Amino acid sequence: MMHQSLFVYSGYRYLKLSMLLIIASVVAYAIHAPVDGPNGGTWLGYTLGGLGAFLILLLMWFGIRKRSYKSSMGKVEGWLSAHVYLGLALIVIATLHAGFQVGWNLHTLAYVLMFIVIFSGIFGVYAYLRYPELMTKNRRGNTLELMLIEMSELDRECREAASQLTDEINKCILESSEKTKIGGSIRQQLSGRPQNCATQAAFNKVTELNKSLPKEMADDASRLMTLLGKKCELVQRACRDVQYKAMMDIWLYFHVPLSFALLAALIAHVVSIFFYW
Amino acid sequence: MADFKIAIVGSGPGGMSAAAHAAELGISHVLLESTDHLSDTIYKYQKGKHVMDEPQVLPLRSPLDFVAGTREHILEVWNTQVAGHNTNVKYNTEVTEISGSKGDFTIKTKSGETITAEFVVMGIGLQGNLRKLGVEGEDLDMVQYQLDDPDEYADETIVVIGAGDAAIENALALTKQNTVIIVNRKDEFSRAKQGNEDGINKAIDTNVIEPYYNSNTVRVEQFDTPLGSGEIGKIVLATKNGEAEVNCHRIIARLGAIAPRRFVQSCGIEFPSDDPAAVPALTNQYESNVSGLYIVGALAGYPLIKSAMNQGYEVIEFIEGNDVEPADEPLLKEKFRKFSARNKNMSVNDVLDMITTNVPLLSGLTTLQLREFMIDSDMRTPAEGEIIFERNDFTNTFYSIVSGEVQVQINPKDPSQRISLSKGAFFGEMSLISGHRRSATILAGRNCVLIETPRRSMNKTISSVESVKRVIDEAFLMRALQAKIAPNTPVEKLQSVISTATLKSFKAGEVLFNEGDEGDSLHLVRVGSLTVSKTVGGKEVVLSYLPAGNYVGEMALFGDSHRSATIRAAVATETICLDGDAFRKLADEDDDVRKRVQEVIDSRKQVNVQMEDNSDSGTIISFLVEQGLGEATDVLLIDESLCVRCDNCEKACAETHYGTSRLDREAGPTFASIHVPTSCRHCEHPHCMQDCPPDAIHRAENGEVYIANNCIGCGNCQRNCPYGVIQMAMVSKKHKSSLVSWLLTGAGLAPGDCNLKKAKQDPDAKKMAVKCDMCKDMPGGPSCVRACPTGAAIRVNPSEFMSVTNLENY
Repeated sequence: MMHQSLFVYSGYRYLKLSMLLIIASVVAYAIHAPVDGPNGGTWLGYTLGGLGAFLILLLMWFGIRKRSYKSSMGKVEGWLSAHVYLGLALIVIATLHAGFQVGWNLHTLAYVLMFIVIFSGIFGVYAYLRYPELMTKNRRGNTLELMLIEMSELDRECREAASQLTDEINKCILESSEKTKIGGSIRQQLSGRPQNCATQAAFNKVTELNKSLPKEMADDASRLMTLLGKKCELVQRACRDVQYKAMMDIWLYFHVPLSFALLAALIAHVVSIFFYW
Repeated sequence: MADFKIAIVGSGPGGMSAAAHAAELGISHVLLESTDHLSDTIYKYQKGKHVMDEPQVLPLRSPLDFVAGTREHILEVWNTQVAGHNTNVKYNTEVTEISGSKGDFTIKTKSGETITAEFVVMGIGLQGNLRKLGVEGEDLDMVQYQLDDPDEYADETIVVIGAGDAAIENALALTKQNTVIIVNRKDEFSRAKQGNEDGINKAIDTNVIEPYYNSNTVRVEQFDTPLGSGEIGKIVLATKNGEAEVNCHRIIARLGAIAPRRFVQSCGIEFPSDDPAAVPALTNQYESNVSGLYIVGALAGYPLIKSAMNQGYEVIEFIEGNDVEPADEPLLKEKFRKFSARNKNMSVNDVLDMITTNVPLLSGLTTLQLREFMIDSDMRTPAEGEIIFERNDFTNTFYSIVSGEVQVQINPKDPSQRISLSKGAFFGEMSLISGHRRSATILAGRNCVLIETPRRSMNKTISSVESVKRVIDEAFLMRALQAKIAPNTPVEKLQSVISTATLKSFKAGEVLFNEGDEGDSLHLVRVGSLTVSKTVGGKEVVLSYLPAGNYVGEMALFGDSHRSATIRAAVATETICLDGDAFRKLADEDDDVRKRVQEVIDSRKQVNVQMEDNSDSGTIISFLVEQGLGEATDVLLIDESLCVRCDNCEKACAETHYGTSRLDREAGPTFASIHVPTSCRHCEHPHCMQDCPPDAIHRAENGEVYIANNCIGCGNCQRNCPYGVIQMAMVSKKHKSSLVSWLLTGAGLAPGDCNLKKAKQDPDAKKMAVKCDMCKDMPGGPSCVRACPTGAAIRVNPSEFMSVTNLENY
C-alpha cells in the first residue's frame, strides 16, 4: 500500500489498542464489586484514574511532538492516529474511573472539561474528513491568492467596460472594487457567504440601470454584467474557501486552551484526592 | 614589427590577470575590452552580490588579488591594481576579426581600427556581446540594451524591442509606471515562455501595451531639444503599412547576445563537436590549434574566477617561453600521494602517462584535459572485495580501471555469478547516461586502481572529446542490449544488431510513432521516458508509462508491421533505435531472446486490458507526465482529500533547513485530488546540475540531489530548474529559541516560523542556492512527510507509482 490516512495508520494499530483498553476496562469494571459501590477510591478506580491521567498527558504530548520537527520518534501521522483513538477510549476509561458519580465539585469539573475537549476533537475529526475535499473542489485548481488576483483583474476590466457608461454605474463599479470583502470577523469567515457584498450590489444596480440605458451603451453594459457576474461567483467561492479553512481551524481554539484547563483541573483533582486521603 | 607583443582580448579575470602580469614583466601588451569597464560578466552581477573564491584549495597565482567578497569590493581591488601595474587597457574596443598566426596577428575592431600583435590571448568568456539594433542611432544615450531596475523609470514613454522572455518581462514590469510600446519583428510572441506569452498577449488585448508587429527598426534619432511632452527622441519603424515614427523617452532593445562561438570559429579555432558544451582542444600551454593564439577562462572550460586568473598568469609565462609548473600541480600531487608512495614515488607526470597508456578511453585527451579530468576525479585503491557501488545505488560517477580488476555481480539473485573487468576497461556509464540506479554491484578485485570521475567532468569530457563519446556510446549500447534483451547471447551475435543501431532524440511530447503507422524498428529508451496511448472512442487514452531501460516496438518481432499504439516522449528522451530485420534475425537465432520479448508482450497486454477498464488511471498518468514527473525519481505528492492545509510540512522543512522552506505546498496544480506541490523531484538528469561552476550539486546514494556548501550563489541552477524549486536564500544559522521557552513565555519565533527577515538585515549574509535534499542527513526520512499529521503528504518514485495497480490503490 503506497498511501494511507491517519485512520487506517499501520493497519488500525491504535484503533485496536483502544478497543483493547476499553474492553479490558469494561470487563474489569463488571467483575470488580467493591463494598461501597464503584468509585475512584478502589484499586480499580486508582488504576483507571492513573491510566486516564497518563493518556491525557500522552495526548497533550502530541502538541509537542508535532512541533519537534527534528524528532524521529515516529511519524506525526501515527501520533495523530493514536491521539484520535486513545482520546476516544478516554471517554470510557474516565467514566468507569468515576464510577458514574457526578457532583458539583472539582472532580466533575475535570470530567466535564475532558468531555468538552474530546468533543471538540471529534468535531475536528469531522472537519478534517469533510472539508479538504470540498476545498479542493471549490478552488478548481486555483489558490485563494490567485482568486484575489483574478478579482482585481476583473475589477480593472469592469472599470474599462464602464468607462463610457454613466457616472452612477461607475460609482457602483468603484465600490465593488473597493468595498468587496472576503473573510472578516470569525462569524463572517464561518458564514461562508459575502456580507453586504458590494459586488452583488453593483450587479443588482447595473441590472436595474441597464433597462434605462441608451442603445449605444448596450454592448458595454452587457459586457459589464458578464464581468460582474463572474466576479460575484468568484467572491462566493473565495468566501467559501475562507469558510472551509476556518472550519478546519476554529475547533482548535477550543480544543487546545481547554486541554490546558483540563490539565490544570486534573492536577488539582489529583492533588486534592491525595490531600483528603 | 607588430604594434604589441601580446594582444589580450577580453578583460575578464583571465584576460585581466594576463595583462597585469605582462605589465608587471614589462612586456609590450594591450588589453582590448568591448565595454567601458573591466570584467563585464562580474560587473553585471547584481549590486552587493557576494562573490565566492572556490575552489579554496587552489592557490592564487596572479598579480591581482582575489578573495571572496562583495562584487563592489572585488571590482574596486581589480580596478586599482590594474591601474597600479600600468596595464595598457583599451576600453570600448570590440574585436570583430582576428587573423594571421604566431608572430603576425591582425586584429580588427568594430570602429575600423587595426591592431597587430605577435601573440593573442583570448579570454572572452561565454556570455557573448549583447546584440545591438544594427541601425543608425544604435549607440545613442536613449538606447539601452539592458534593464537593471524597471522601477527606476516613471512617467516615460518607453519602446521595448524584442519578442523573447527578457523583452516581455521588461515591458510588463515597466507598465507599472510608464507607457510601454513593444516592437516585434514577427506577428506573435511564440518564442517566449508560456507565462510570458500569456502575459504580453493579455497586456496587449487590454491596451496596456501598444504592439507593433512585423516591424523592424530603421533608425533612432535624438531631438536637439526635448518635446513639450518630454520625449527626447524618436524611433522609426518599417511596418507592413509603411514607415511609422514613435516619439519616446527611452528605447530598450532586448535582442539577446551573440554567442561567442561563431566568432571564435571565425578566428580559425576548431571545436571538437557541435555540442554547445564542447570546449576547444588546447595544448597544456593553453594554445589552440591556431599557433600563437591562446585561450583562457570560461571559453577554455574554466568557469571559476580563480582558475581563470591563474591561467592568465601562466599563459604569459608560456608565451615568454617559461615552462611554469601548473598551479594545479600540488593538487595533483596530493591526489596521487597514496598511489605514488606505493609505486616508487612516481611523479605526477609519470602517473598521468601511465593513465594514458593503461586506459585507452582516456588516451584521446590532451595533457591539459587529462590534468583537469584528474583534478576533478579521485584515484582509488580499494582493497580486494571492497564494494565500489551496489546495485540500486543512485550514484552516477564514472570509473576507469587503471590496473588490476573488478568483479561485476551480474545476477542479483545469485551473487556468486560474476564477470571480471580488467585494466583499461570502464564501468558506471549506464547510470551516467540514463540517470538511473546502478544496475549491478561491483566489487574490487586484486591490485585494483580506479579513477572515479564525477558526472559533470565526465559529461564535459564526453562532449569535448569525440573518441570518448564514441567508445562510451558503443559500450552503453552493448551493455543495454545485454541487460534488457539478450543477456545470454554471445557478443559476436549482438554485433550485427548493434551495427544497425542509431541514437535518436525526441523532445518532450514528440511522437516516436503513431498507432497504425508502418514500421518495424525497436526503440530502447536510453534517457528519459515514454507514454503509451491508444485511441479509444475517438479519444487518446494513456495506457502506460515507460521509464528508461524499457523498449517499445516489440510487436515488430512477430511480423506485425503496423504500430499498435502511439508512443510519445514524456520528457526529452533519447532512444537506441534497432532495425527490425536485424532484430528479427537475432530472435530467430536465439530462442531466449524471443521468450523474453514474448513475456514483455504478454504482461503489456494484461496492463492494457486493465487500463481500458480504468481510464481514470490513464488520465492521472497524463496529468503527472504533464507535470514533468516523467523525469523525476522521487516526488512529493499531496492527497488533497486528506490535506488539512496546516502547512506543517512547510514548517517542518523550514525548521530543519535553517529557516527556509524548500517546498511551497499551495503552489502547483491539482488533479483528481492529487496535488503536485512546488518541490524538487530529484530528476534523473537534474537540470540544476547543467551549469554549476563549482560543481556543487550532487546526487547521493539514495538519489537525493543536493547542493553542497561550496555553492557560490551564482543562481544558474535556479534559472535552469524548469520546476521553480530552487531558491536563493540568505544562509543564516541564527539561534532560535527552544520549543519549551516559546510554549511557556512566547519568546522568540514559533517553531516553523522562518527567521529570514532577520537574516535579510544582515548585510554580510551570503546568498546560496537551496533546494530539497530529502533530509538525507536526518534519521527517519523527509521531514515534510514525517510531519504531516493526516498522511496526506507522500513521497513516491514516479516510475513505480505510475503503474495501474498503484494508481488504483492510491
